Amino acid sequence: MIELRHVNKWYGPTFQVLKDCTTSVAKGEVVVVCGPSGSGKSTLIKCVNALEPIQGGEIILDGIKVNDPKTDLPKLRARVGMVFQHFELFPHLRIVDNLCLAQEKVLGRKHDEAVAKGMKLLDRVGLKEHAKKYPAELSGGQQQRVAIARALAMDPVAMLFDEPTSALDPEMISEVLDVMVDLAREGMTMMVVTHEMGFASKVAHRVIFMDQGEIVEDALKADFFGKPRSDRAQKFLSKILQH
Amino acid sequence: MNYHWNWQIFFEPNPTGSGTYLDMLLSGLALTIKTALTAWIIALVFGSVVGVLRTLPSKVAGWIGFCYVEFFRNMPLLVQLFLWFFVLPELLPRAAGLWLKQMPNAPFWTASIGVGLFMSARVAVQLAAGIASLPRGQKQAATALGLTTAQTYRYVLLPMAYRIILPPLTSEFLNTVKNTAVAITIGLIELTGQARAMQEFSFQVFEAFTAATIMYLLVNIVVVTGMRFLERKVAIPGYIAGK
Repeated sequence: MIELRHVNKWYGPTFQVLKDCTTSVAKGEVVVVCGPSGSGKSTLIKCVNALEPIQGGEIILDGIKVNDPKTDLPKLRARVGMVFQHFELFPHLRIVDNLCLAQEKVLGRKHDEAVAKGMKLLDRVGLKEHAKKYPAELSGGQQQRVAIARALAMDPVAMLFDEPTSALDPEMISEVLDVMVDLAREGMTMMVVTHEMGFASKVAHRVIFMDQGEIVEDALKADFFGKPRSDRAQKFLSKILQH
Repeated sequence: MNYHWNWQIFFEPNPTGSGTYLDMLLSGLALTIKTALTAWIIALVFGSVVGVLRTLPSKVAGWIGFCYVEFFRNMPLLVQLFLWFFVLPELLPRAAGLWLKQMPNAPFWTASIGVGLFMSARVAVQLAAGIASLPRGQKQAATALGLTTAQTYRYVLLPMAYRIILPPLTSEFLNTVKNTAVAITIGLIELTGQARAMQEFSFQVFEAFTAATIMYLLVNIVVVTGMRFLERKVAIPGYIAGK
């Protein structure tokens, strides 16, 4: 579903953020990407739907080469859902209109159809009664659930999550993770940048560990948590699992 | 000082034979309003286009926006009006120059366009600042949903940017009204022009300019009130501007 081959990316002429990253996510697979801050994990996931350009290698998404100038990027992006750290709901639109905008403008769905779909997804994330509210009237956890619903409204073939719970208060993290766990169990293809190792151990198939722009470890979940091969991954794990 | 105050002067017939002195001032006021509104529409349209250009990733677009803004804001308004009114017709091919000079209402159109373009540079800078003040993630979220750049601006960035810059835009609208007074120098007999004419005919300089002052004030109170109303009408529940 998602393939990265020898991806290289620089910021400016000298700073290399991604160094020869190669990995893949199969259909129905849940892959967690973790690593210390500044390791390039958010950048990596943003390259998958070309929010960030790459300077070397190639990325193939559902059979289509992302970094090909001939690729119709808006069309391709519409088929992958993305959830951001800071939710990024559109503040001037009611919740239901946040879910309808891209359905109507990108997929060309009729308004009634888009609303019906949106309401169904809001119901699924438990926020149906908030449909007429504005984003600023919801809590962070609720906003993030709306953001997931907004991405799902496009009927994506895969979902990308960029630290979806890092900006949330602790008591709101689980309501978002619950939605993600359900999604994973339904067989959604997911690439998740997160520090939530509980989530990783519950639903991930594989774990990718990044450090300084490199994929240091790319292992099955059991192997990663059991006995990470690299020193760096071991140190990272011991630090974040300490508490 | 031997000045004969005469507040009755407004109700005395003016020497042009078209009603009283008050009528004279009111016709000037009407022309001021007409010029200001035309100029403001031009400022908003051109300012919006150039403001957007300045925020696009394209270097060429940014450069065009930069040149436009610096050209129009770095020259005194008076000089710009002289350029459009006296110099431009001489630079054009003979026929075009002649047509321009003989155009009916030439002072009105020159003033509207001249003030409009001058103000558009300021609108552009503010709109660009408004767009830049939005979280980077807003554009990424819209892009990730498959919206094109044009759609992202139309449905996501501009609705918020305009809301954010409404207070400074109010000031620019007021400046537009006041700047139309410069048009007296190219023969537009707007409110300031009529006040001066009244002074020349009647020698009641203080009455004439007191009335003009009050009329400018009233127009701008209407503008301020209208813009306040607009601000309240488009306010987003729960959202604190600039956050």
